[in-house]
Amino acid sequence: MNKSRKFSAGRRKFLKGAAVAGAASLAAPTGVAQNQLAQPQRATAVPVTAPGAETGTPPEVDVLTADRCGSDFMVDVVKSLDIEYFCSNPGSSFRALHESVINYGGNSKPEFITCCHEESSVGMAHGYAKIEGKPLGVLAHGTVGLQHASMAIFNAYCDRVPMYIIVGNTIDATMRRPGVEWIHSVQDAAAMVRDYIKWDDLPISLQHFAESAVRAYKITMTPPMGPVVLVADSELQERPIDASDKLRTLRLTKSAPPQGDSGAVAEAARYLVAAENPVIIADRAARTQAGVKYLVELAETLQAPVIDQGGRMNFPSQHPLNHSDRGRAAIAEADVILGLELTDFWGAVNAFRDQLHRTSRPITKAGAKLISISASDLYTKSNYQDFQRFPEVDVSMAADSEATLPALTEAVRRLVTADRRNAFQARAAKLANAKQALTERLRADATYAWDATPISTARMAAELWAQIKNEDWSLVSPTLGGWPQRFWTIDKHYQFIGGPGGYGVGYCAPAATGAALANKKYGRLSVNFQPDGDLMYAPGVLWTAAHHRIPLLSIMHNNRAYHQEVMHLQRMSNRHQRGIERAGVGTTLQDPDINYAQLAKSMGLYAEGPIGDPKDLGPAIKRAIAAVKRGEPALLDVVTQPR
Amino acid sequence: MKILSAYLLLFLAAQNQAPANAPRGNAENGKMLFMKIGCYQCHGREGQGAAATGPRLGPNPIAYNRFLAYIRKPSGDMPPYTAKVVPDQQAADVYAYLQSLPRPPSPDSIPLLK
Repeated sequence: MNKSRKFSAGRRKFLKGAAVAGAASLAAPTGVAQNQLAQPQRATAVPVTAPGAETGTPPEVDVLTADRCGSDFMVDVVKSLDIEYFCSNPGSSFRALHESVINYGGNSKPEFITCCHEESSVGMAHGYAKIEGKPLGVLAHGTVGLQHASMAIFNAYCDRVPMYIIVGNTIDATMRRPGVEWIHSVQDAAAMVRDYIKWDDLPISLQHFAESAVRAYKITMTPPMGPVVLVADSELQERPIDASDKLRTLRLTKSAPPQGDSGAVAEAARYLVAAENPVIIADRAARTQAGVKYLVELAETLQAPVIDQGGRMNFPSQHPLNHSDRGRAAIAEADVILGLELTDFWGAVNAFRDQLHRTSRPITKAGAKLISISASDLYTKSNYQDFQRFPEVDVSMAADSEATLPALTEAVRRLVTADRRNAFQARAAKLANAKQALTERLRADATYAWDATPISTARMAAELWAQIKNEDWSLVSPTLGGWPQRFWTIDKHYQFIGGPGGYGVGYCAPAATGAALANKKYGRLSVNFQPDGDLMYAPGVLWTAAHHRIPLLSIMHNNRAYHQEVMHLQRMSNRHQRGIERAGVGTTLQDPDINYAQLAKSMGLYAEGPIGDPKDLGPAIKRAIAAVKRGEPALLDVVTQPR
Repeated sequence: MKILSAYLLLFLAAQNQAPANAPRGNAENGKMLFMKIGCYQCHGREGQGAAATGPRLGPNPIAYNRFLAYIRKPSGDMPPYTAKVVPDQQAADVYAYLQSLPRPPSPDSIPLLK
């Protein structure tokens, strides 16, 4: 007991202020701390210690309470960053911060969102960021919590989304409670995820925390965006605040995103204007609605087709220049290709054959010029290989596409002559015809298996569209075989949020819930095509949605399998010429079939299903939307075709 | 999309060519085989196709000799179905099933697709 929490000599200096100063405020109180982004906070008054307060104090005082603690100040810092929510499982390594959030901070901005798995917490933050364009907070244990969270963090890293993660840890070994707290402590908590986060820090003082917290926010929000991790030492959280620390929050000024070099922009413009068949490919190009507008302006100025790879909602789905469903043909015809924030430029311009002997070949015309604008070129790590195969491009801009597009469009406009304008108009007519033909073909494609049981994905998309097209809706899941992009009028950035980035299964359910949480304050109808295998990773997020009244319609894409893996097993079985009837072993979710409606009901959701007859789907969607409009999450279990 | 592209020729051929040289096949058995040997995985249970995995196969499939040649030695990404795992008669049965698939309704007759 020489160095216990009660009598720690190292704590004694903190006890002085705490015991005497009582409720003195060291930083802005709740409410006042909001909206501080533009205004630095001054050091607050140091409470006056009563004369002789220490006189007669025994050398070891059993002080059991404190009115202010370090985690209160951490909440002040978080409030200054306007972080709306903390998604978290409770954990003892951040118990003080948890308590400060809900009591000192009033459980508002940030509000504590109770999760049932750290993967769900991070997945929710992922989906939220894609709607809101800023990070959600995640709290987790520095050990077991971060371990649970790691796959979802990898997804967020690959998907270039901002995310603000705070993990608890007890650094001082002499302060750890015997047993579990030792097991849950770690020398370097962030090491485990450092390969797939942008930045991390281990602050050793509260002022250090304040500085690192603002730095972390700035880093996570600067393209290429990515998760950041702050380690919050439990001692730092729990210590009474020493008034003499003069703690203050810092002013945040976000960095302007990097714009392409003017010379490179001019060179790209020359290629694009001179091209006979320019093509624009966009993956994570639009970060905001403005990005969509900029891309439309460039495409219309050039009358160039756009292939939206769907990492974000980049380009209006029904625009005559949206040629995503004939992307391969457009690329094959192109003499200049502009790639905007492509995950895989090489893969976009090459065909790769997955047979026993893997082969590849270019699909572009000889001499086609390739132009890349990508913020990912500014920040590439070594270990995880998400940077893909090296593309040999002609112009490469390490820059943010959305920030660069206005300058590129302007440069293009300056170069357009009357002759080129005529050529562009001729190209526009040709492309409009091709788009019309494409639309008719896709409409005909949807009729196949229209009345089939299990229900076709085309039918499912059409049934939902019929009932949401007059609402303010948001598709908060990856696409359903591309059908929403074909039928639906998607022209707002928040109407589609793309996929997981890292292809880690288990993303969809929490990301949809997090996106719906962001949409809630705007009154949007959030809809989610929910893969069955994905939901089974951490279905507890359904309870989170019900508990926090997050309105979200989830329609199960229940093909009763990890279907991608069924196909991989089939491929291997065929290749080896044995057992091609057993590809379902280890890949399907049958025997027993999972009743997702019962699962959802058990956690408080409105739910129906399983639904196998397509005629039953429309009425069920109507009832479920009514539930969502009452503020509840709802789930329909729809048994579907494989794809 | 790569897989789709790899199957594109097969798909386009299906639109333009009538079946030819097809041996007698059992469509009922073919329907069972279509599921059992995994055709449905990429092409859908009704052979309707899917953008990311495999093209539509029927009704009106490509000529039988091309069908057989393709499944034995596909030029794209499709896994090969050798005679060791799908004998010719079974391939003929699957082909008969594809021929038997009903034509879909016109999109103009479906209110949700108008």
